[in-house]
Amino acid sequence: MSPKKNNLSGFFKALPKNIFSGFVVSLIALPLGLGLAMASEAPPIAGIIAAVVGGVLVSILGGSNVTISGPGNGLVGVLLVAITTLGIEGAYAAIICSGILLILLGFLKMGKLADFFPSSAIQGMLAAIGLIILGKQFHIMMGNKLSLDGSIAYLLEIPSTIVGVFKYTDSGLIFAAIAGVSSLFIMAFYGKIRNRFLQLVPAPMWIVLIAIGISYYYELVLQQPNPVSPEYMISGIPAPAQIINEIPTPNFSAIASGPFWLSVLALTLISSIESLLSIKAVDKLDPQKRRSNVNRDLKALGLATIGSGFLGGLNVVTVIARSSVNVNNGGSNRSANFAHASFLVIFIVLFSSQLTRIPLPALMAILVYTGYKLASPKLIRKLFSIGKEQLIIFFTTLLVTLFVDLITGIVAGVVMTFIIHVIINKGATIFFRNVMKPNVLMFQEKATGTYYISVKHFCSFLNFYKLKQKLDDIPENKDVVIDFSLCQFVDHTVMENLNGYREVFLKRDGHFDVIGLDLHGTESAHPFALRRFVPGLQKKGSTLTKRQLTLSEIAKDFNLQYEAEKLNDTHFLDSYRFFRTKKIERVYNRLFTGESTFKIFDVNYSEGEFIAKEEVKSTMLHIKLDEKIPTFTLDREGFLEKVSLLAGFKDIPIDNHSDFTKRFYLKGQNEASIKEFFTDELVIFFESNPYYHIESNGEALLIYSKERIAGIKEIKSLRDFGVRLEATITSIKLQPVEIF
Amino acid sequence: MAHKNFKTIGIGVTFSPNLKANIYEASRLAMVFQSKLLLIHVGDVSEEKRQKFETILQPFIVDGLVAQVVFQPGKPVDAILESVVKQKIDLLILGAVKRESFLKYYVGSIARKITRNVSCSVMLLINPSIERVQCKHIVVNGLEDKKTEQTIATAFVVATALASDKITIVEEISHDKVGTVEDTKSLRKTNLLKEKIKRQEETRVQTILSHIPDAHKKNQNIATQAIFGKRGYSIGHYAQVVRADLLVMNAPEKTGFFDRLFPHDIEHILTELPNDILIIR
Repeated sequence: MSPKKNNLSGFFKALPKNIFSGFVVSLIALPLGLGLAMASEAPPIAGIIAAVVGGVLVSILGGSNVTISGPGNGLVGVLLVAITTLGIEGAYAAIICSGILLILLGFLKMGKLADFFPSSAIQGMLAAIGLIILGKQFHIMMGNKLSLDGSIAYLLEIPSTIVGVFKYTDSGLIFAAIAGVSSLFIMAFYGKIRNRFLQLVPAPMWIVLIAIGISYYYELVLQQPNPVSPEYMISGIPAPAQIINEIPTPNFSAIASGPFWLSVLALTLISSIESLLSIKAVDKLDPQKRRSNVNRDLKALGLATIGSGFLGGLNVVTVIARSSVNVNNGGSNRSANFAHASFLVIFIVLFSSQLTRIPLPALMAILVYTGYKLASPKLIRKLFSIGKEQLIIFFTTLLVTLFVDLITGIVAGVVMTFIIHVIINKGATIFFRNVMKPNVLMFQEKATGTYYISVKHFCSFLNFYKLKQKLDDIPENKDVVIDFSLCQFVDHTVMENLNGYREVFLKRDGHFDVIGLDLHGTESAHPFALRRFVPGLQKKGSTLTKRQLTLSEIAKDFNLQYEAEKLNDTHFLDSYRFFRTKKIERVYNRLFTGESTFKIFDVNYSEGEFIAKEEVKSTMLHIKLDEKIPTFTLDREGFLEKVSLLAGFKDIPIDNHSDFTKRFYLKGQNEASIKEFFTDELVIFFESNPYYHIESNGEALLIYSKERIAGIKEIKSLRDFGVRLEATITSIKLQPVEIF
Repeated sequence: MAHKNFKTIGIGVTFSPNLKANIYEASRLAMVFQSKLLLIHVGDVSEEKRQKFETILQPFIVDGLVAQVVFQPGKPVDAILESVVKQKIDLLILGAVKRESFLKYYVGSIARKITRNVSCSVMLLINPSIERVQCKHIVVNGLEDKKTEQTIATAFVVATALASDKITIVEEISHDKVGTVEDTKSLRKTNLLKEKIKRQEETRVQTILSHIPDAHKKNQNIATQAIFGKRGYSIGHYAQVVRADLLVMNAPEKTGFFDRLFPHDIEHILTELPNDILIIR
């Protein structure tokens, strides 16, 4: 266990980075806030109010570290219903009531609430929300404002809208559609471009900046009115003074009615589930490996929701995309959330009139992309590979949510999951007989210190919280063995959650093994999900690509071994700073020496979550050294490094080598030992060779040049560089340190 | 506190396929404890039945077993309970029932009622057999309770008598004692607390162990283990996981209607026996 750190001085030291990160987050929060509010048919500023109130209150009172709070995409559907049935003032009242319920959930320690829902049902619900968002906003993005009844009608209308675009005669509408479609392209292809200057500003903000830029271009250079039809421009962004003057009064007159409480219930359910899932996902990204206090977060979110409701804002939830952007930009504590709220206030105060220059279709394209990501076909493919029964649960929830409403949808999903479990087990006795039993035993084995957990009877979404409670008691740097050999049935929700735990444990130097499931296949017909836990290796003998064939030839030339198959153990990469905020998907195409001390490999990893998720493939070289060296990161000194110098990062200067210090950016914890390690010989080696990004974790080096798959020639030069660097380092180490 | 002596051992007998195995097991136990064995048959006195029972007992009587057949008319539960009191039985042996196709055992409704209400110690056998099966590993509860010392002492006597060579004393640490982990801070706190409780438990158990006569401790491989789970239930789970042969437990406090409705402690174990269980009263 890590010792308690000095909080205050650490806080101030990290403050510049957090303010910077909060700034980047606010760039994405601004367009998202406006868009989400408009999609819910609330005034656009309501989304910003929610983000500001949430950012301030949750950052002060919350229990998580790197999360960002604000208006959530999951709530769009429910808010839409609430606003249409209760009116906007009535909806504010419902929002306030749901805030009270959230606080209650927090005090009742119901942070485990999200565990009681089967994961396929939750995914079905999220997909339905995605389709609701996508269905409605797609038309506006195409410059075709519609008013239909029910979310299904909007979805069915999509083809005719697409056809309709080609029949536009009004140039205002044509430009509206162009703005929408090109924004969608920016959202979709932004992640594919690995340019660090471009990546500094998130995609939604690029859309905003470009839109405002074009608007000024027409006004100032062409001296023409904006080509987009005026009814497709954002309207109703009030001036700051106006916001304060026009705080709406919540209307509690419907408080005794059924629809009111149905809305309150739905708002509470969705905001708690969305927040809890987001917190869980963000905790996995936290470089400092902290665990969030979800119950305290729920209380803070509830309070923020109440405040937001009174000030004319939407529900406040923890949001995954913005939080992941925060982590990726160096946010390390709650001050980033606060900074994001502060920057939003500054934007509104300074630029609120500029925002009316954004075409509505451009903003809605962001939401269409969000909706698409929630209901992406990838998800369905993944569920299908886990088991057909998961698809049944998924579609039951999805369709019932679309045709009836959200609460009914999730209830239908839960019921369907249970029915399927009963069918698979050929009866419900196993569930009824054992659901109340304390079926989890945990003890720490004396000899090894390993935590052993045995689960009996069955383990499904119904009683997963019991297992979860035990798992939460274990520090993540310990070894855990979960034994299911006494357990007759384990469902997909449990397996998926365990996989989440496994990732966290591995990332934090622990071990996490699930045993006793091999027997299940032979004992009884178990669901597919069980055996899906360890995803199978690539099929042997599958055809290799041309690159893979060449790689195997290179391997022979350089006396290396080659394996195209995916490597399951990517643990050796976890200790690098570079991978701390990234999720490693797989390592494959490996070229390595006999003992694997020198290996070149392709690695897939992802950065961020949800719409901010970027999947990256890269080729890297990993050299395990015989001796210990200091930990450091060496990079090309560029514009970005100069900016980050301002934000509190430090470049370690090497004496007598001003050229090296100027051209390279060197950072690390132990400055003295790094200076000692960078001898003249090594510095000259770096100065006279091509640039590589090099990181040392104390025992090994990670070397790569670009964040993309390297070509054959690049692999050869990477190998050559690595071999010579290793030789240089070894020769330094062989020399006596003290010459005089 | 001294261990329990089993001067008189009782077993309820009826004409079932298990009759011979049950009597053999009971006789062997009576032999190792040097106790008197009483076969209790619910029903009126019948010379013919007595004859049958005595035929089965014959090989043990030859070896010096003191045995007697008792006839007690009435309803099964009441009859057994009554004769336990009347005959001053110290240990009552009951057989468990195997659940359908599974390798799971539970205590039948009659035996369960007897277990709850009887005033003496109870041995629940899951797998009575005619051949002797060597008992190798005994698990005994070490929870903080005034009866525990007697239970552990008895476990050592039983272990010596059965020539079992391993005893594990299990301390159950309930979740309520350490609190819920919510974040990094409470994780550190609860883990420190857990370590502290573990040490306290360990000290307590070691004190109990120091009172056990050396004669009983020699040849024993003694281990202690702290487990986290539901009190009275998880110890059964543990015994199953480590494949123990006998679980020795304290008798529960008097259980009422609500305890059966919301099962706890021993009630859970009665629905799924991990192995033979000895409940000390």
